[in-house]
Amino acid sequence: MNESYTIPIGPLHPAIHEPITLKLEVSGERIVGVDVFCSQVHRGIEWIGMNRNNAIQSIYLAERVCGICNICHPLCMVQAIEKAAEIEVPERAEYIRTIMAELERIHSHLLWAGVAAHEIGFDTVFHYTWALRENVMDLIEYLTGNRVTKAIMMIGGVRRDIKEEGAKKIKEGMKFYLENFKKIEEIYLHDPTIKMRTRDVGILTKEDALKLCAVGPTARASGVPKDVRQDFPYAAYGDYGVKAITPDVYNGEVHGDVFDRIIVRLLEVKQSVDIINWVLDNMPSGPLLAEKNLVKLKIRLKKAEGEGIGRVEAPRGEDIHYVRLKAGEEPFLSWKIRAPTYNNVLPWIPMLLGGQIADVPIVAASTDPCMSCLNRVTVVDTDKKKEFEITKEYMHELSVRKTRRLMRNGR
Amino acid sequence: MMMNEVWKLLFKKPKTNKFPAKYAPKNVHHFLRRVQSGKAKLVPPVPTPPDFRGKIKYDIDSCVGCGLCAQVCPSKAIEIVRDKKWIIMHCKEGATLAAPLKIKIYVSRCVFCAQCVDICPRKCLQMSDEFLLANENKLDKSLIVPGP
Repeated sequence: MNESYTIPIGPLHPAIHEPITLKLEVSGERIVGVDVFCSQVHRGIEWIGMNRNNAIQSIYLAERVCGICNICHPLCMVQAIEKAAEIEVPERAEYIRTIMAELERIHSHLLWAGVAAHEIGFDTVFHYTWALRENVMDLIEYLTGNRVTKAIMMIGGVRRDIKEEGAKKIKEGMKFYLENFKKIEEIYLHDPTIKMRTRDVGILTKEDALKLCAVGPTARASGVPKDVRQDFPYAAYGDYGVKAITPDVYNGEVHGDVFDRIIVRLLEVKQSVDIINWVLDNMPSGPLLAEKNLVKLKIRLKKAEGEGIGRVEAPRGEDIHYVRLKAGEEPFLSWKIRAPTYNNVLPWIPMLLGGQIADVPIVAASTDPCMSCLNRVTVVDTDKKKEFEITKEYMHELSVRKTRRLMRNGR
Repeated sequence: MMMNEVWKLLFKKPKTNKFPAKYAPKNVHHFLRRVQSGKAKLVPPVPTPPDFRGKIKYDIDSCVGCGLCAQVCPSKAIEIVRDKKWIIMHCKEGATLAAPLKIKIYVSRCVFCAQCVDICPRKCLQMSDEFLLANENKLDKSLIVPGP
């Protein structure tokens, strides 16, 4: 039998939060062709920033670009505005920003690790990881006032200080993660089930990663030592000296598969803990805001003219905001956001080629593209002109069944 | 390794705080009425952190009506209105236009960023600890500050 099927996945679909369409050409279980279609949704965020909002209002809009990356987007935008309006940020504010960004990285990576375990049908680990993640969420809630939308960034600094009590809580939290890191490492990196489902699955070679401009952990897992915190340090990273983590740090070899992405993300959690501890010990004192009077700041931004680019290493990769200001106009003259998932979608093509349908959820999830919405896949049989649907549940079941099958055969 | 952890977790208490009751009530209003009459017991919520940003509180008497809060509100939840109390007190021809400016906050549109609290020159805005704000009606009396 030599017929091939086309399976469109999306626009509202698999293992992905963002609406995106994947067209898979399958021959039996093998994937022989992949095509990705982006730009299925337009929320008009940039338009609102350029037409309705002033710069201060846009901080909170940027925070809502993504639910999980709600520190890196405002941080990135605020950096761009500071460059455009030539505002000098006080040192203490830079250090607090670093702590917040790293706390976000810990929570995002743990969330991702849990979701990855769920995709291969290992729900025990999923719940276990998310229970560990609760601690960092509580810490964030204590420091910023809310669990998710932190509202801590401000043009020229931060809005809240970390007091002695807060510093003590962070220290305790970091100690908790250092103690539990061994357990997470044992579960994820030495468990046979996870290894057999992720080793040599969804391989992205170094050449492909460079060619397709992959960013963040996806690129690092393929052996590209690329990290904005290392290459173009911002906030307090320049003082600390971050080193990009590639999987060969752990076991001396780079495969570029899903397992390597797990290694990179878990090691980054440990790196974040180290950074937070260092930043807390070396925190300078001083003011939090460059311009305390918000009315003055507003007037200054209205008069400012120029352009700026902010670059931030989000948990998923490099995030870029470009902002142009014009004197006498409150909204931005132009605002462009380039979120990391945009770069990490094209690498799906070499990753999925030659794989199986049951591997689609875990491979798609491995680049951490805001998960969910896996509600409908239509399988189109081009020869018989027949259509049938694969639901999210069915796809998940396929994935779970593959795990079971491998476990039976492996023993 | 995983088995050991799972065994340990079996004997641990769940982390979830079962608010408002151990088993979710079918009708929350009905349940709250029963709590008030002492027939049911309420499981208290997790305490809010310091400087929590809940429902906004507004001190209408010290407000000067500068309108800065409305200028920085990201969700345009603040509307500038004329002081109703003043209009009632000085009910004359054309008095509406001479009435001082005050604000009206639609909590259903609020994103709880507390930017208005930061910019207020008279410190008449404040975030409270109240977080149970779910309602079927967006323009419910409890979701408009100040109340009628």
